[in-house]
Amino acid sequence: MQPDSLSFIFLNAFLINNFVLSMFLGLCPFLGVSGKISTAWNMGLAVIFVMFVSSTCAYGINALLVRFNLEFLRLICYIAVIASAVQLVEMAIKKISPALFRTLGIFLPLITTNCAILGLALFQTFRDYSFVQCLAFSAGAGGGFTLALLLMAGLREKLDLADVPDVSMGAALSLMLAGLLSLAFMGFAGLGG
Amino acid sequence: MPPPARPAAPMNWETFTQGLWKENPVFVMLLGLCPAMAVTNTAMNALAMGVATTFVLVCSGLLVSLLRNIIPKQVRIASYIIIIATFVTITDYAIQAISLDLYNALGAFIQLIVVNCVILGRAEAYASKHPVFNSLVNALGMGVGFTFALLCLGGVREILGSGTFFGVMLFGERFQPWSVFVLPPGGFFVLAFWLVLFSTVRRARERREKEAAHAA
Repeated sequence: MQPDSLSFIFLNAFLINNFVLSMFLGLCPFLGVSGKISTAWNMGLAVIFVMFVSSTCAYGINALLVRFNLEFLRLICYIAVIASAVQLVEMAIKKISPALFRTLGIFLPLITTNCAILGLALFQTFRDYSFVQCLAFSAGAGGGFTLALLLMAGLREKLDLADVPDVSMGAALSLMLAGLLSLAFMGFAGLGG
Repeated sequence: MPPPARPAAPMNWETFTQGLWKENPVFVMLLGLCPAMAVTNTAMNALAMGVATTFVLVCSGLLVSLLRNIIPKQVRIASYIIIIATFVTITDYAIQAISLDLYNALGAFIQLIVVNCVILGRAEAYASKHPVFNSLVNALGMGVGFTFALLCLGGVREILGSGTFFGVMLFGERFQPWSVFVLPPGGFFVLAFWLVLFSTVRRARERREKEAAHAA
């Protein structure tokens, strides 16, 4: 596979360098809303949507800023775009499904401070991706995030029934699980060549 | 002029130590985990990240606290983010000027300080409600607590994963590095072990206190 081919970019973000499990981006929602599979799935969809919107906008903004030599404003512009995109999603979900709005709770506005989204915008800028490559990259990253969230939710639903030592309940247990998942994902490292 | 929302909170040692232990951002509140794990594969990176975050934390705390009566309530989060993003941009360029090696090692994670929940959390929960000096001291405490946590992670990962501490060889030539600890899974495992350790300590102390109360 060519390193800049669309399929490679997608696979790279989806499995090999999974945003959550090997780049540590977006851990807060990963630990926070991975209690149930259905919530995790919806959260994943919301994140994918915000990623597409913000990646597209970030591409446009970066072209504009480079054109006028204003690269130092990049960070501020990106975060403003992401905040607006999240607001949009929030209003849409509130309108379409108030029940879902309540389950996601505080984690919905917190997508703004999800490093995965800003990370996506920054990485695509550093790597000089073209517009189509940006779309493939955000599809891979969003898909990877959702995959990690779903795997984690599935494991945690099973673990609810298990008898674990008292002291490791809660966050510590989730982190161990994440570590094991991350070990498994290291196996994909050879895929890219 | 709007009246102050509440009488100024007493300024004491607690304002500073709050962030160190009782509300340690990483170990107790589980905030700011992404940078805490992504850049802590060596103790040096951990220290640099901690200092950079502390700088942004203190500066943004100062500005937010100064402007707390001017910023309208509806747009406060957006305003805080812009303030934070400004200081992060400054930090980004400063690190690039000071040490290019460090800049390359930390990569995008310097810019990602913007979305560190610790900073926004402090701005919203403390700096926007307290006078300037209190916010400054509190932000400094949080920053030191965050740096401490990062060093705890980075130190363990570097010692086990490459047998060095701040680049100094510890075990001599024959040491076989346990390299999974500098790789991503190690970050999760080390943090999980610290959490288990702390919760064991906390539990033991609670039990002792209960027994003491019972005996009295």
